[in-house]
Amino acid sequence: MTLPRYIARRLVVLVPTLFFVSVLIFSLQQLLPGDAAVALAGEEHDPAAVAAIRHKYHLDRPVPVQYAIWIGRVLRGDLGESMRNKIPVSQLLAAKLPVTVELAACSMVIALLIGIPAGVLAAVKQGRPVAIAANVLALSGLSVPHFWLGIMLILLFAVHLGWLPASGYVSPWENLKGNLATIALPSFVLGTGVGGIMMRHTRGAMVETLGADFVRTARSKSVTERMVVLKHALRNALIPVITLGAIEFGRLLGGAVLTEQIFAIPGFGKMLVDGVFNRDYAVVQGVVVVSAGLYVLLNLAGDVLAFLVNPRLRGPA
Amino acid sequence: MSTVTTTLAVTVAHRPSALARLLRRPSAAAAVTTVVAFVVVALAAPWLAPFDPIATDFGAVRKAPSAVHRLGTDEVGRDVLSRLVWGARASLLAGLIPVTLALLVSIPLGLVSGYAGGWIDDLIMRITDAMLAIPFLIVAIALAAFLGPSLTNAMIAIGIAALPVFLRLARNTVLAVKAEEYVEAARALGGSPIRIGTRAILPNMLPPLVIQSSLTVAAAIIAEASLSFLGLGQQPPAPSWGSMLNAAQRYLSQAPWMALYPGLAIFAIVLALNVLGDGLRDVLDPKHR
Repeated sequence: MTLPRYIARRLVVLVPTLFFVSVLIFSLQQLLPGDAAVALAGEEHDPAAVAAIRHKYHLDRPVPVQYAIWIGRVLRGDLGESMRNKIPVSQLLAAKLPVTVELAACSMVIALLIGIPAGVLAAVKQGRPVAIAANVLALSGLSVPHFWLGIMLILLFAVHLGWLPASGYVSPWENLKGNLATIALPSFVLGTGVGGIMMRHTRGAMVETLGADFVRTARSKSVTERMVVLKHALRNALIPVITLGAIEFGRLLGGAVLTEQIFAIPGFGKMLVDGVFNRDYAVVQGVVVVSAGLYVLLNLAGDVLAFLVNPRLRGPA
Repeated sequence: MSTVTTTLAVTVAHRPSALARLLRRPSAAAAVTTVVAFVVVALAAPWLAPFDPIATDFGAVRKAPSAVHRLGTDEVGRDVLSRLVWGARASLLAGLIPVTLALLVSIPLGLVSGYAGGWIDDLIMRITDAMLAIPFLIVAIALAAFLGPSLTNAMIAIGIAALPVFLRLARNTVLAVKAEEYVEAARALGGSPIRIGTRAILPNMLPPLVIQSSLTVAAAIIAEASLSFLGLGQQPPAPSWGSMLNAAQRYLSQAPWMALYPGLAIFAIVLALNVLGDGLRDVLDPKHR
């Protein structure tokens, strides 16, 4: 199967998934207790104002029609308008995107730097103290509540040592050094969690490939152990890790909610929480639409990457 | 024929139960002990907590740990240890109830989806895919936000967010089990679909679901703490580890003990549940043995 055909096939499967995603996100609005128009009106209790809102948001139309209007707008990039400051949600999202992408990218780099070497080490030195230590670290990274780890790191590095700012965000265009200082702790917090997942997958895949026939063949040809591990085994073991990495990256793009909240990083996560508190439902829906969209796209990207690096997937299908 | 039966009987008799094999692993045994200890603390909270968890004492605001208040007091003079002990209830309930909810929905739906196949299966699986496309915590936050903030709504939100993973797992297990010879045999003997489902398939669906449950209870405890931290879960003044951390964040430099202990409690129970999940996988999953 060629790459374009593979992508086309995946896209065809994506259409129904995306349709149901949109229905789910749209249904969130139906969950609002009581009359949605009253809820959207907030402090406003004037019946005429409520009626105006009901008409403006098409709440007086049947639900399927409401969905059709909503999805038509979303497909044209119109995610509605923030109730609070009357700015289009898409514009708000575009402003937050670079921040969230930077945080996700830095976290991913940290996760890869920790996860892959630790996973290789744990697989090669099975049963030795260094492998046990790597396992314990990975499990701890998976289990620690990240928002608490963030609070503890602020306590250590900002309150006690005073090395890094406790919270806030500086744009890299304004001040690169200040930017790195504000992004360091949150990236580390997120990176340890993803790193734990990466480590466990790398270890599992490495243990499997190290026992494979082609590795035994390489060893019997007296290829150095270093080459066997790094070139023959790791290259193959990384295939599932690549897919996982793309998925985790997608998750980071949409889901660094608490970390952004604690470090006051103005990304998608903080936007979601602010939207929740301001009862700004268009903002909440907008963030969920974009994070789901990014997640689905990165899932696809992960599969395409795996397809590119794994010749076996290209066989007759 | 008789020799075969005897050998089988002997092997069965010699194979220790899954629980015994689990407890033989030191890490899993430690994890089970930790989980049991937390459950005991939650159940015995009224007797274990030295103070009323919601009684304020403005004469003892943000006092450091001492002989009277072992883990210190919070911003309105409440005893941190007592709140921690009572908070175990909210956390454990928020771990167990959503997972029970997810199991109760996913087992019958998974059976129907996997056994019936066809358009029902297609529909259920597409909805599952769609739910999986939105990150777990985002689903939980969005649902909790739209349902309104309360511990009950947080648990419902977490349960719904956890559902797709269970549903897909249940359905895939049914597909695998359905192809086994003993299911074929049950069908050949004329068993009704319901009988085959409950007697032949259901017992074999349980091991993967048990493993997933252990891991999801851990994820649900973190999710509850996250929602309560954001103010979308347990409402004040009732104690929850997440809401304790929220209050603690404002007094980080003056009262670090307020932040330290609730986080350690979450870390300990989640670590124990994850170790338990790993242990269960090693014991129950034939592929991992």
